[in-house]
Amino acid sequence: MPQTPKTYPYSRPAGLDAPEPRHGVVIVGAGPVGLTMALDLAGRGVPTVLLEENDRVGAGSRAICWTRHSLEIFDRVGIADKVLAAGTPWQIGRTSFGDDEVFIEDFGRDPGDRMPPYLNLQQYHVEEFLIEAALENPLVDLRLRNKVIGADPAPDGVELTVKTPDGLYTLSADYVLACDGFRSALRTMLDLEFDGEMFEERFLVADIEMEADFPPERWFWFNPSFHDGQSAMLHRQGGNVYRLDLQLARGASAREEVKPERVIPRIEQVVGPDFELDWVSVYTFQCRRLGDFVHGRVIFLGDAAHVVAPFGARAGNGGLRDVDNLGWKLAAVLDGRAPAGLLDSYNRERVQAADENLKQALRATRFMSPRPGIETLFRDQVLALAVKAEFAQGWVNPGRLAVPCVYDSHGADDPALPQATRPGAVAPDAPQGAGWLVPALGREVTLLAINCAPPAGLQVPVIRPEVNETLRRRYLGDADRALYLIRPDQVIAARWLDADARDVSAALRALWEGRG
Amino acid sequence: MKLITTPNLDRHDAFYAELLEAHRGLSEAESQALNARLILILANHVGDLDTLREALELAAEG
Repeated sequence: MPQTPKTYPYSRPAGLDAPEPRHGVVIVGAGPVGLTMALDLAGRGVPTVLLEENDRVGAGSRAICWTRHSLEIFDRVGIADKVLAAGTPWQIGRTSFGDDEVFIEDFGRDPGDRMPPYLNLQQYHVEEFLIEAALENPLVDLRLRNKVIGADPAPDGVELTVKTPDGLYTLSADYVLACDGFRSALRTMLDLEFDGEMFEERFLVADIEMEADFPPERWFWFNPSFHDGQSAMLHRQGGNVYRLDLQLARGASAREEVKPERVIPRIEQVVGPDFELDWVSVYTFQCRRLGDFVHGRVIFLGDAAHVVAPFGARAGNGGLRDVDNLGWKLAAVLDGRAPAGLLDSYNRERVQAADENLKQALRATRFMSPRPGIETLFRDQVLALAVKAEFAQGWVNPGRLAVPCVYDSHGADDPALPQATRPGAVAPDAPQGAGWLVPALGREVTLLAINCAPPAGLQVPVIRPEVNETLRRRYLGDADRALYLIRPDQVIAARWLDADARDVSAALRALWEGRG
Repeated sequence: MKLITTPNLDRHDAFYAELLEAHRGLSEAESQALNARLILILANHVGDLDTLREALELAAEG
């Protein structure tokens, strides 16, 4: 059955009848990024108004692949169990050239992780779970069919003009978070440049439902016999819904290609005749970002701040990491625990991450859709060699799957400790008795004292973890003890073999002041 | 400087002849493809990005 988008009720906002008191935070856009942002801030005690012009979740699967770290973020906002139950975890990617398999990637399932490396679930399911959680949360004031049509930024806040079915009203806020997607209206209202590249490449994307028993693997083809000269990808999502992406020839008409009489025969060539077409669309490849993500009191997140070409799971996951990075910082600035300068570190770190995503996406695009001439020549010869020589298999680029960016950091470090847990990296999980380390880190800055006592006199929650094989491998290496300072977004701020209270206090000051 | 730009291949005349031989009878497009494969194979053999960058720079000087 094709998915029918769920709709949610509109109710008349108070601002239509009398001016509303000034709000701390207004979020614009209730996609995965805006909804997760509202829930993250609610978890930190910060109320938000969340404005969304539609009253339903978006059609079609769109973002399908969620990384381990995104699942950990979903866990912090309370929807991970639903996502895990509805989604399809996977770890194998297979890439073919013509009809020969040239490259298999196994992302591995480590028993030391609670979450799988990747999980596929249609974006509309994720949005449903997030909306349900938002509607139940008293700190989230979700207003559907509330469209922002004007923004008047001032040094200490922003006034928004909002259009509803019952008329216009105004809202003022200390901070406005623009989560309004790649066609961001706020970006346009603030007249901001959205620089980058747009490619001629277009893919037809379809959700198809079928009773097939294909394994939950990512299948990618260069020049398959069923789709001559182009690329294709098939990937299982939640339920019996599969995602099929088909590259379109240059110059093909998008309007023609999405017609059922064109689409259905193409899909039949890949999976046979027994399927139902749920959704079809055409997308273009773009790689762009705002110069800065913080513009006074308007802060941009997700696709509103950056768009990347697909096939790397970088858009949805990148947006969620924007949320994770901003939530604790904004909460601390609002309640006076941190100076406003802490928000500059959101800009610095997420611009770094966006640039890494853009770089990877550009490389994959160059490989998937080489320009005619020398680019096509090298691409085809890499594929030809990959069949014969092992080294070239790794050069085949069907999209490099996202892993969390390691932020540039000057945090205290000790080279005796493992490279993967250096300052700037996301703290990895480890089993802890019947539970896990990552959920135990909670929403606060935490000291992880491994085989040692933390320095006395510090006002920081301390975890003294069970030292098992995973924890030793990931956090100690050959060392016998270590002290880790971990930020509320699970990023390692500093680490030591031995530290006194002064060392940790200095690292805490740097953390709250946003010095990397 | 990691790239060796001093004489390093003893039987260079033999290699040069064999390189030309490998291209004999190929169309322009086939020759281009052979060269591309050769570059990829040798790059992997060199196995060091800094060295390859120096080689790219030297080659780009023309």
